[in-house]
Amino acid sequence: MKVEKKPGATSSSKREWLESTYAPAVAKAPERKPRFSTISDTAVDPLYAAEDLAGLDPQRDLGYPGVFPYTRGVYPSMYRGRLWTMREFAGFGSPEDTNERFHYLLKHGVTGLSTAFDMPALMGRDPDDPLSRGEVGREGVAVSTLADLEILFRGIPLDEVTTSMTINAPASIVWAMYLANGESQGVPIEKMGGTIQNDCLKEYIAQREWIVPIRAAMGLVIDTLRFGAARTPRWNPISVSGYHMREAGATALQELAFTLIDGLEYVKWGVEAGLDPSAFVPRISFFFDVHNDLFEEIAKFRAARRIWAREIERRYHPHDERALMLRTHAQTAGVSLTAQQPYNNVVRVTLQALAAVLGGTQSLHTNSLDETYALPTEEAVTLALRTQQIIAHESGVADTIDPLAGSYYLEHLTNEMEQGFDRYLEQIEGLGGMVEAVERGYPQREITESSFHFQQQVDEGEKVIVGINKYQVPEETPIPVLRIDPDVERRQIERLAEVRRTRDAGRWRQAMDRLREAAVAARDSSRAELMPAFLECAHAYASIGEQVRVLKEVFGEYRDPGYF
Amino acid sequence: MSMKRPIRVVVAKAGLDGHDRGAKVVARALRDAGMEVIYTGVHQTPEQVVETALQEDADAVGLSLLSGAHNYLFPRISELMREKGMDDVLLFGGGIIPEDDIPRLREHGVERIFPPGSSLEDIVEYVRDAVGRRRGGAATA
Repeated sequence: MKVEKKPGATSSSKREWLESTYAPAVAKAPERKPRFSTISDTAVDPLYAAEDLAGLDPQRDLGYPGVFPYTRGVYPSMYRGRLWTMREFAGFGSPEDTNERFHYLLKHGVTGLSTAFDMPALMGRDPDDPLSRGEVGREGVAVSTLADLEILFRGIPLDEVTTSMTINAPASIVWAMYLANGESQGVPIEKMGGTIQNDCLKEYIAQREWIVPIRAAMGLVIDTLRFGAARTPRWNPISVSGYHMREAGATALQELAFTLIDGLEYVKWGVEAGLDPSAFVPRISFFFDVHNDLFEEIAKFRAARRIWAREIERRYHPHDERALMLRTHAQTAGVSLTAQQPYNNVVRVTLQALAAVLGGTQSLHTNSLDETYALPTEEAVTLALRTQQIIAHESGVADTIDPLAGSYYLEHLTNEMEQGFDRYLEQIEGLGGMVEAVERGYPQREITESSFHFQQQVDEGEKVIVGINKYQVPEETPIPVLRIDPDVERRQIERLAEVRRTRDAGRWRQAMDRLREAAVAARDSSRAELMPAFLECAHAYASIGEQVRVLKEVFGEYRDPGYF
Repeated sequence: MSMKRPIRVVVAKAGLDGHDRGAKVVARALRDAGMEVIYTGVHQTPEQVVETALQEDADAVGLSLLSGAHNYLFPRISELMREKGMDDVLLFGGGIIPEDDIPRLREHGVERIFPPGSSLEDIVEYVRDAVGRRRGGAATA
């Protein structure tokens, strides 16, 4: 059969194609929408072609896996060697409840633990604090002393399993408790591996779990970087996080830019405190959200690696090239889940997880379908884990490295991310750096604007969310929801009282005095050390609340400026 | 009380919960709809929330909670409002709140809970109507 050649088929450039083939077709049959854009509202062209990558030098800008600038991945063999770490963030109720969930997850194939603490712990308050009423064990596991950590990690070999702990303002205190618990089990500090989130900047920007004013909090972070470089080669003492900013409404670019600029701020403070970049920058890890827009998300991860490598190299020329490698954890976007037709969330999580894997993440948490109602049930969390295992073992995407490289669209988005980063960097450096920018509320306002803009687009139907503003159903079938035992609060208060009665009062008093002295010294000098004092407090069974009270007395407290 | 003044709403975050995206978006939508909005900022005690509503002579208190502490904080705020004689002040809310808990919160005087996915338009319309009913149908904005 002879095929008639159409005039447009001879187009020699994207522009010519747009004019001679595309425009006439669209004039005849209009497109679905007047304007196409990513979920972050970046305009999307009908087509990407070689012209969109003018200036891209594949050798220079993409390189190869394990080689500068690491766009294609930080490790030479990526998932062919070892799959990403499958970590399911878990924590609820009492330490006993969560310990049971940890054992369940390990039995079903998670390869690392990830601990969610309750709000009182995250805010540095004990369960008997008046502000903790109704919150103990609700949003995570309740802990306040080493006695709780002993139960939480019972039966788990701390020299084999790595543990991520999502805690920020009191991160040093809880890290010290974890290390002290290992020491009591006979595992040397040097042998334990894991991550503490410990990223104070994004707390003031987005998550709002703060204790002391921002500069004092920076000092506490630098202290952990110093301790980590000297004592814990297998720990990431910080996980610089974009997740919470994204969940608070940031666009993909804002998430990327503010996170990397936060990271650069920590490095700057560390170097100013006398640390060698080659000693502490390799242990800085990252944590990104992974949202619905597949290509935009993949581009974000690839751009993040390239930007970090270039910025650290440009600023510090570290002799250890691991300082240039951006290693990251990813979590699917909690904010994208819908309470309506909750089983649809499984599909969203699958696409998001796929983006994280195609983006080259080092570890991944997949959300459960029921998380707009409560913390996940065992069944829901198992399905979330299976989603990762199916991507890993059945889809084939993990079998070759960075399989989408060279896609006109993806490389264009990756370039756009880098250019957008440069604009934000200039803006924030113009304000005097990230600490100053946060003090002035700059990133906070940028995120608030984006969040409101997105909600308007949803309300106006410009952005479709299935089950919310399209394809709604009138009647929903309820799904099972995890209930937290209301008695946890009373029991945790009793356990704390028991610890206070039975601990060695002399050792406790000495440890608390030493902490106060160390905090005063740290307030007056960026080179004073706090971690040894926290470790001693941990062994003396001092509570989180008791230690935080000392920090507040020495450094003062931060309050929400409350703008919207 | 003047029947003509704009509706005054206190948008509140109580307890240790820091998730403020929803509260801020709602605060802004209510303000854009012509209401006077006072946002408390995060980490308020129930006493602080009620005191703010009293000081500001608010028509409504909208409480946002995503921390699972709703079964304590909503009833506590409602109880304090009754103690202060604020029977004419509307109490509503939103956030991560399982449906099974909603009837009990209603019994405690929480008139309406907006789950995730609620539209701003619905929330604005509801506040206008509900305050209007309390004022006898004469609210502006």
